[in-house]
Amino acid sequence: MPENIKTSKKQEVFKNTMEELFEKKYDPIMENSSPVIQNLRQKAFEIFKQNGFPDKKTENWRFTDLDPLYRDDYTIDLETKFQKTDVNKIFTCDVYDLDTYCVTLINGWFAYKNSPLTQLKDGTVIGSLFKAMEVYPEIVEKHLGSIAKLSEPGFVPLNTIFMQDGLFIYVPDDVKVEKPVQVINIVDSENPVFLQPRNLIIAGKNSKITLIHCDHTLTHNISFTNTVSEVIVQENAYVDHYKVQNKGRNSSLITSLFFKQEKDSRLLNNAITLNGKFTRNQVDLSITGENCHADLNGLYLVDSNQHVDNQVFVDHMAPNSLSNQLYKGILDDQASGVFSGKVLVRRDSQKTQAYQNNKNLLLTDEAKVNTQPFLEIYADDVKCSHGATVGQLDPNAMFYLRSRGLCELTARQLLMFAFADEIVNKISIEPLRDNISKLVEKRLRGELSICDQCILNCSSREPRFIQNFMD
Amino acid sequence: MLKIKNLNVSVEGKTILKGLNLEVNEGEVHAIMGPNGSGKSTLASVIAGRDYFTVEKGEVTYMGKNLLEIPPEVRAKEGIFLGFQYPIEIPGVSMTNFMRTAINEKRKHLGLKPLTGADFLKLIEEKKKLVKIESKLTNRSVNEGFSGGEKKKNEIFQMALLEPKLSVLDETDSGLDIDALKVVANGVNTLKRKDNATILITHYQRLLDFIIPDFVHVLYDGQIVKSGGKELALELEEKGYNWIKQEVQAE
Ligand SMILES: Nc1ncnc2c1ncn2[C@@H]1O[C@H](COP(=O)(O)OP(=O)(O)OP(=O)(O)O)[C@@H](O)[C@H]1O
Ligand SMILES: [Mg+2]
Repeated sequence: MPENIKTSKKQEVFKNTMEELFEKKYDPIMENSSPVIQNLRQKAFEIFKQNGFPDKKTENWRFTDLDPLYRDDYTIDLETKFQKTDVNKIFTCDVYDLDTYCVTLINGWFAYKNSPLTQLKDGTVIGSLFKAMEVYPEIVEKHLGSIAKLSEPGFVPLNTIFMQDGLFIYVPDDVKVEKPVQVINIVDSENPVFLQPRNLIIAGKNSKITLIHCDHTLTHNISFTNTVSEVIVQENAYVDHYKVQNKGRNSSLITSLFFKQEKDSRLLNNAITLNGKFTRNQVDLSITGENCHADLNGLYLVDSNQHVDNQVFVDHMAPNSLSNQLYKGILDDQASGVFSGKVLVRRDSQKTQAYQNNKNLLLTDEAKVNTQPFLEIYADDVKCSHGATVGQLDPNAMFYLRSRGLCELTARQLLMFAFADEIVNKISIEPLRDNISKLVEKRLRGELSICDQCILNCSSREPRFIQNFMD
Repeated sequence: MLKIKNLNVSVEGKTILKGLNLEVNEGEVHAIMGPNGSGKSTLASVIAGRDYFTVEKGEVTYMGKNLLEIPPEVRAKEGIFLGFQYPIEIPGVSMTNFMRTAINEKRKHLGLKPLTGADFLKLIEEKKKLVKIESKLTNRSVNEGFSGGEKKKNEIFQMALLEPKLSVLDETDSGLDIDALKVVANGVNTLKRKDNATILITHYQRLLDFIIPDFVHVLYDGQIVKSGGKELALELEEKGYNWIKQEVQAE
């Protein structure tokens, strides 16, 4: 795309299609929404109409080519509603050593066996957002859209206009959810699909929850998923959040993940991207109270012509909190990557500690990465640092290993694994860490296939495609 | 075992080794001494197979094979070991995992079955005692955060595990306290057999009190300019290198 053209033709067409779709489907979309949600959609629509999609001149989007995403043949399903499906018919998950509450989204719609909303004994509610809008309107209305920024160009407003279903979790005050909640996003479609799941997670005061988000594709058909998640971490709550992406070569993902931390809370976020034609992960954290602690980690392993883009924004709105970002990537072949990390420390946020680091390994001359760590500090009594490195495997280390009898390939894999392991080691749940560690090792050995996608040893009952992406 | 003839080696266009000759036979211990920058580590690296050095001329045979054609990992598996002057730190790669892989690669090369976990642990324990290295080191990442002396000890530990035929120890004695020096010397002496050989690169005669060399060579400006018995080391200790430089220049 020539630099001087602001908006591409495809983008314009796609924008028009979206606007027309909203107008055409106005009634069914609005029919199921409460007035508050109707207003939210309407507002998002106005903003979208005005701002449209980001282009090559938009800050933080300059290195990412969106044109391939703007297709005219997507199926967009606004009607299915959450569905009663025997998920096991199309997909089974054999959990060996990690016991979880496992739920599934199929093409963005919550899938269930018995009920679209489950209340655990401890009071925690897990289920369909669509259903939650009906059953818990006051909770949903209070939080939905409360931290997702409509000012973000394009995809957050677009999701807000059309959002139908997704995951809803409400953890009441003082409840420590015993088992991790695992969410599997399954894309299963014969046609190109455009999906916009919306997730809302509320962790009440003094609560604790672990959430594992896995992205799974059952087919090699073209899909574009634009997810928006809002995670509200209330006073003294602890949220441990994982995102594991291992998507096919025709899958594109844009994930906008918004966190809000209230005072004394703790957040651990890990974004692990093992494969994916196009992946953009945005993490936006607002620290609104004192004494918060946030660790934002990321690992991306891409090859062939895959593109991965990580955007992290941390807004220190209150004093005395700590945020720590560490993102590491290994890029092979012609893969490309972007890391953009920004920390904003506001004027009154004294005693903030904010650290940011991005390290990249480029395995070929053609692989490239664009890294921009960035601090914007208005308080004077803070401890902040940032750094970025882009390098090759250390030839001295390579020689050292080879001089002991390790062949070049083994030496390379050992060093790559060591590089990635720093992130894997930060995973706090042991069985999960072991599983991800194995998965990363497999990935680096070039042996990861679609059947291994799920971190919890999931397997498709009838694998329609068994294909090694590393070919 | 090792025959080096008229070896000329350059790096980045600069010639470092200038017609070096050396022959090492089974059962022998050779000490190589020489001023800083004379090319001792370069020689060691070329034997181990470091690729940024260019061999301009000459030949190196090991066990009758042209060593220069063999990739470094195969040399290792055929029994060559380099104790690095500056051992590399490799964060994230565990010492035990590394050594287990190395030993099993070698065994595979020799047509042996891989060691079981239990046998490997037994071997580790045995060699740890030999070189008096602590578990706190062997349980860590390769050389990460090791002190200078600990790194050198770790080289000997690896040598003990891999049981090489030809060890080239590049200043393994530098930076060791006297007890560690004895441990290292004891390691080398214990591992010494009729059918293996050692090349010790050192600046200090002190090491040679503990490991008695059969030959002492002086490497100066890319050549071995003088060879002798262990008395040569004493003479060098006493008089330095100037007299050798003068001898060379007089020629
Ligand atoms: N990678 C390199 N690039 C450029 N020059 C090099 C390189 N390696 C070695 N040299 C040069 O080659 C010469 C010989 O170096 P070498 O390390 O072999 O010396 P040495 O005899 O081991 O010295 P020392 O006693 O200080 O360890 C030196 O002048 C050194 O600067
Ligand atoms: Mg040297």
